[in-house]
Amino acid sequence: MLNSKRLVLAHFWLAFVVFGLALLLGEWQMFVRSPLNPWISNSELYYRSVTAHGSAMGYVFPTLIAMGFGYAITELALKRPLIGRRWAWAGLALVAVGAVTAMIPVSLGLASILYTFYPPMIGNPFYYIGVVLVVVGSWIWVALMSINMATWKRDNPGKPVPLAMFANVAGAYLWAWTAVGAAIEVIVLILPVALGLKTTIDAGLSRVFFSWTLHAIVYFWLMPTYIAYYTIFPRAVGGRLYSDAMARIAFILFVVVAMPIGVHHLFADPQVGAGFKFIQSVFTAIVALPTLVTIFTICASAELAGRLRGGRGPFGWIAALPWDNPMMLAVTFSFVMLGFGGAGGLINMSYQLDASIHNTQWITGHFHLIFAGAIVIMYFAIAYDLWPHLTGRALNSVRLMRAQLWLWFVGMIVTTFPWHYVGILGMPRRMASYDYADPAIAPQALSVSISVFGGLLLVISGCLFFAVLIRGHRAPQMDPGEYRFSVAVHEPVRVPVALNGFALWLTLMIGLTVVNYGYPIAQLLALNGNAVPAVYVGAAR
Amino acid sequence: MSAERLFTFRNPWFAASVGVAGAMVMLSLIVGFVLLPYAATNSRLTGLWDAICSAAGVPRATVTSETAKPSFTMSNVVMNSQMFGPPDARSVGRGATLAMQCAICHGSNRTSQVDTPNLEGQPAAAVYKELRDFKVAARTNAIMSPFAVKLDEQDMLDLAAYYSYLPRRPGSHPDPAVTAPQIVARGAPMRNVPACSSCHGITDAKLGTPWLDGQSAIYIKAQLQAFATGARRNDISEQMRNIARQMTAAEIDEAAHFYASRP
Repeated sequence: MLNSKRLVLAHFWLAFVVFGLALLLGEWQMFVRSPLNPWISNSELYYRSVTAHGSAMGYVFPTLIAMGFGYAITELALKRPLIGRRWAWAGLALVAVGAVTAMIPVSLGLASILYTFYPPMIGNPFYYIGVVLVVVGSWIWVALMSINMATWKRDNPGKPVPLAMFANVAGAYLWAWTAVGAAIEVIVLILPVALGLKTTIDAGLSRVFFSWTLHAIVYFWLMPTYIAYYTIFPRAVGGRLYSDAMARIAFILFVVVAMPIGVHHLFADPQVGAGFKFIQSVFTAIVALPTLVTIFTICASAELAGRLRGGRGPFGWIAALPWDNPMMLAVTFSFVMLGFGGAGGLINMSYQLDASIHNTQWITGHFHLIFAGAIVIMYFAIAYDLWPHLTGRALNSVRLMRAQLWLWFVGMIVTTFPWHYVGILGMPRRMASYDYADPAIAPQALSVSISVFGGLLLVISGCLFFAVLIRGHRAPQMDPGEYRFSVAVHEPVRVPVALNGFALWLTLMIGLTVVNYGYPIAQLLALNGNAVPAVYVGAAR
Repeated sequence: MSAERLFTFRNPWFAASVGVAGAMVMLSLIVGFVLLPYAATNSRLTGLWDAICSAAGVPRATVTSETAKPSFTMSNVVMNSQMFGPPDARSVGRGATLAMQCAICHGSNRTSQVDTPNLEGQPAAAVYKELRDFKVAARTNAIMSPFAVKLDEQDMLDLAAYYSYLPRRPGSHPDPAVTAPQIVARGAPMRNVPACSSCHGITDAKLGTPWLDGQSAIYIKAQLQAFATGARRNDISEQMRNIARQMTAAEIDEAAHFYASRP
């Protein structure tokens, strides 16, 4: 039962249009700083593009996917109409208006500060206001998800909340709390300076607040992907979910430990004490747990599917899996990229290993492999899975889908592996041009050029993705049947209170935040003389 | 509704999750705030509390000895971003009057001498900084110093506002055929020299740096040589001295010639 088809479609289409434009910018950036292009004489243009690419890909695109997918889950999993559909449209409008408000100053070169803000650089206030509007729009979604689950629980006392909805609300709560850091940074610290009420800013404190958001935002991006692993993939390959309880525990672990670990982004920053860096490093290690649990559970679910399809022996079930199924391909590719990206992540979170790759192209390679690779490829798969139910028309271009997923996978590997490598060689990130004629960095030229071609594959894959969706809209109408989520091997009849709600987990999340962030923030607030003069970007020269 | 109570240690989920989280926190506190500070071989801890404070990042005075004082006057300019809003019309007007005494060398009649910079259209921060440095003798010049000594703070801000308000004058010897040499476009990374263009125009501009397009080649070259020999030392943190010392004579020529040929 999907009543709000137009609402969900509007979210997805806006998300993918933003994604398509930002994808082109990304490839342009890869090209201009490669040896294939002589020298971008105006590097401001490069930073303008990076700001647009990052803001669109980091704030707008995944937020819209999570929102649209969340609304779809609410109706499909709870089997009742969404409560607050008008509010949902208002949230979408806020995100759209915010995105445009932010992008105008960026395209005029008035806010080339990258999506991570980087105080003391200060851009045009409308950029920050736009970002805040996007976040406020998404908070409407958070409230709606919470209300819809609470109402369902009230009407179905004692029944387990369907896993998809439980996970969806986990993502919503995680986002609500993690966005608070950047919101405080923008509203309390940056906007007064951007509006000219103050001329100095505490850059260190701003960065601490941003780190509060910066790590868990990745887990917010990841949520739709994990929801698809658990609640779509086993059904799509003809199997069952291995364990409903393990799935709930994985999502709960994300809620509790994904957020109070952001200081590992500040290992090279002087304003946080080494003790707090250590404690957050420990908790970062714990956040690998839910991913390991997920890989185990999903592989076990795949094994069930393979055996149900007649696979025998220790490896026969792998051959028996439906390899021509786009969801099978997408999850496999996603896992491979998650594996490499996760291994890189373990290096980033280790204080000493981080020192050798901090602020190098390794980091950019890493988050592209995880987000643009493992996560976004599942966004495609989610769209492919939901589209017939949203449009009432079949997606028949299965070969095109497979080609698209293959290209995205190969393209992302070809883009990011050399990117990691030049990072190890010491190539710094956030630079518009490099002198490859210089003997010191000449060996990096080949790797950077290879990355550009990887990016080209990604652009082609992006075009194929749009082709599949548009062909889907033109296909003849059909009845897609009832939408089903995966069924667990042991369907939960009743679950412990702890696994059916978030009261305990939100308490733990906030408690750990206070332990891990309380003192560093209080100390920076109490110290005087930390503020530095703002550097206004795009101001008259 | 289930009667199962959640927030009690009798609930195994509550007890386990709070217990594990608490144990993790305690363990990492002990390791991070006690064991690791003591494990550092270069630490000079006075006790347990000192170890905890150092790991928490409590600021501590580290340098007790006196810092060496230079034998010459250093630039003490502090620029804040309030100085660089849109120029205030009254400030520009006062600056225009004051600038009458500058016109003989930095003429607004477009006949600046080759050994003086063109000031029309220069960023306010750059003009202000140099005036201030001349006033306190961080930078010295037989002609400029006596003029600057008489200026008060507001005079310098007004002059800066006036010159930044004027349109930049076109270069005297524009030559589009001259392309950016290596030192301007990319610097010399092996010698730790950043690209000229990353602060002085074409690529980017930085607070307090002058825009070099269309300046006289003789003036640019003279200043680079003065930085290299240490005759001029009002650059903050020795930025320009470190750069100029590392530049070859040919690079100095190329950079000066390139900027002079800009339109």
